[in-house]
Amino acid sequence: MTAVLSGQAVRPGDRVFSGLSLAAGVLVLVVMAAIAVFLVWKAIPSLTTDSANFFTEQQWLPDRDPPVFGIAVLAFGTVLTSLIAMGIAVPIGFGVALFIAFYGNRRVSTALGFTVDLLAAVPSIIFGLWGLYYFMPRIVPFAEWLSTYLGWIPLFRNDLEIYTKSILMAGVVLAIMILPTVSAISREVFLQVPRAQTEAALALGATRWEMIRMSVFPFSRPGMVSAAMLGLGRALGETIAVALLLSAIFEINWAITEPGGNTFAANIALKWGEAADNGRSALIAAGLVLFLITLAVNMIARWIIARHEEYT
Amino acid sequence: MTTVPILTGRRLPRWSTPVVAAAAILVGLVLQFGGISPLGLAPALFAAIGFIVARSTWSWILEGRRHATDRLMGSLVVGALLLALVPLVWILITVAIRGYSVMNTEFITGTMRNIGPRVEGGGIGHAFVGTLQQVGIAALISLPIGIMTAIQLVEYGRGKTLSRWISFFVDVMTGVPSIVAGLFIYTAVILTFGFSQSGFAAGLALTILMIPVVVRSTEEMLRIVPNSLREGALALGIPKWRVITFVVLPTAISGIITGAMLAIARVAGETAPLLLTTFLAQDVNFNAFDGSQTALPTFIWDQISRGTAPAIDRAWGGAYALILFVLVLYAAARVIAAVFAPARE
Repeated sequence: MTAVLSGQAVRPGDRVFSGLSLAAGVLVLVVMAAIAVFLVWKAIPSLTTDSANFFTEQQWLPDRDPPVFGIAVLAFGTVLTSLIAMGIAVPIGFGVALFIAFYGNRRVSTALGFTVDLLAAVPSIIFGLWGLYYFMPRIVPFAEWLSTYLGWIPLFRNDLEIYTKSILMAGVVLAIMILPTVSAISREVFLQVPRAQTEAALALGATRWEMIRMSVFPFSRPGMVSAAMLGLGRALGETIAVALLLSAIFEINWAITEPGGNTFAANIALKWGEAADNGRSALIAAGLVLFLITLAVNMIARWIIARHEEYT
Repeated sequence: MTTVPILTGRRLPRWSTPVVAAAAILVGLVLQFGGISPLGLAPALFAAIGFIVARSTWSWILEGRRHATDRLMGSLVVGALLLALVPLVWILITVAIRGYSVMNTEFITGTMRNIGPRVEGGGIGHAFVGTLQQVGIAALISLPIGIMTAIQLVEYGRGKTLSRWISFFVDVMTGVPSIVAGLFIYTAVILTFGFSQSGFAAGLALTILMIPVVVRSTEEMLRIVPNSLREGALALGIPKWRVITFVVLPTAISGIITGAMLAIARVAGETAPLLLTTFLAQDVNFNAFDGSQTALPTFIWDQISRGTAPAIDRAWGGAYALILFVLVLYAAARVIAAVFAPARE
């Protein structure tokens, strides 16, 4: 005969508490699924009435009869502003992260890391306000210079001789906004590099840069890629600053110093107030595309990090 | 006298950096006061580039390619850091100067009722009420859900497949654009369940953005609670849920509060979801469940879109109040984290 050593196997309090915590966790999955389901459901009414091709049409007139609208212009503006932002923010963000991880001393680095993180705390609307009245006027000479001397490249041509509210401006401000994302994540990755490797490189006579190139980058490359992609994800979905900084002309214009351009997110914010039922449904459809793109970008980035156990 | 053998190659003299820097600054000043901006760049930026090029070239001639590359990359890294700090300082100073000039008691307590875009005066009182209520609703809903999710991930689900999925999607949720959160609440709560546009709907949209931040910060804090504490309590026969609520959570509470405040600071500045879920109101609306309610970010948006000089001044005033609100939360979070930090091994 065996003696009974324990009482009830699972106590009721435990069952309730673990059930609650499981429910909270599952809720996260449910919310993510619900976002997709509700956006699809409410986008369908407008998509069925659209008399143009949703992916290639360059006008946005969903409240006209028959409705004509498509996301070509939005996709163009979103991708181009985000690429400009990445082109600027990724190298600078890596530079900031390298400084904090390998150049500054501990005290200075902690303070600076906190300061750069503060940039992430500045609300989007304040970036827009500042960009509109202070940053943009100061960047105009640079845009003028670009179009004067590099105007033979179609990208920099400017026939209007107006240099504000352009895709370039929005891209530069976006770069500032995604900088803390890129630098914070790549900093975390750089700090995970085993000290033995970096110190061994230095002991063999490598200069600091050679140490970074030979022992840090090979270890950190996947993490750096995902830091850049998470920055891209933020840039794609940024709304208010872009809405204030683009002139929202609905056409595809490769001249990035001219006023123009529009993005998924900015278009939703700008058109929402005046849109009727079908217009709102069309904006929801645009939001759905934005959601799917950012979802893909974020999932790939997170998957890269998750695959490398040494980062966690 | 004995000769000292030379063990190192030729290096740049110690005074090289200040000398080159001084020369670059001189060039920058000349350009500044001469009113010349070469390449469309500000003189300061041009001087910085001149410094980097000059020092690297000198180093190449004297020290060789390897050290020249090292110095070049070193100055680029420092340059990246300085460049990153410029916009932050610029924004904070601009907001402080422009915002402070419109600050007075009337602006803080007043509303925009009966105040046209061309008239000076008015205030942000109504927007402040809106921000507090909407952010409060978001915190009330997302904190319990976020903390319970973190408990699920750390205390119950370690290594389980479901937890890995939850953890993965919490990360992905961090990247959901704020406007999409607004669209979701509009479609789900307003269109489907027939709620009106209200502060409550706005709070729900902010909840979507806040949950993943709370989960991540809480999870990190729970993970650093020593296992010996859990095992000691469990060995005394205490049920697991009481170990979590009376041992683990109190140990991590300062970190959890810090994370919660940072999450609140993050969502307090969101504009886009509010535009879709609650519209603008010019007067105080204390009832978050019915009717439009302005918050600080939407107040700024409204004033910018009016575009007149008094309205833009009010926008800066709103920006000042908003950034102060966010920074106070940030600073308080840091203080709490520093003061109540658990002793680490």
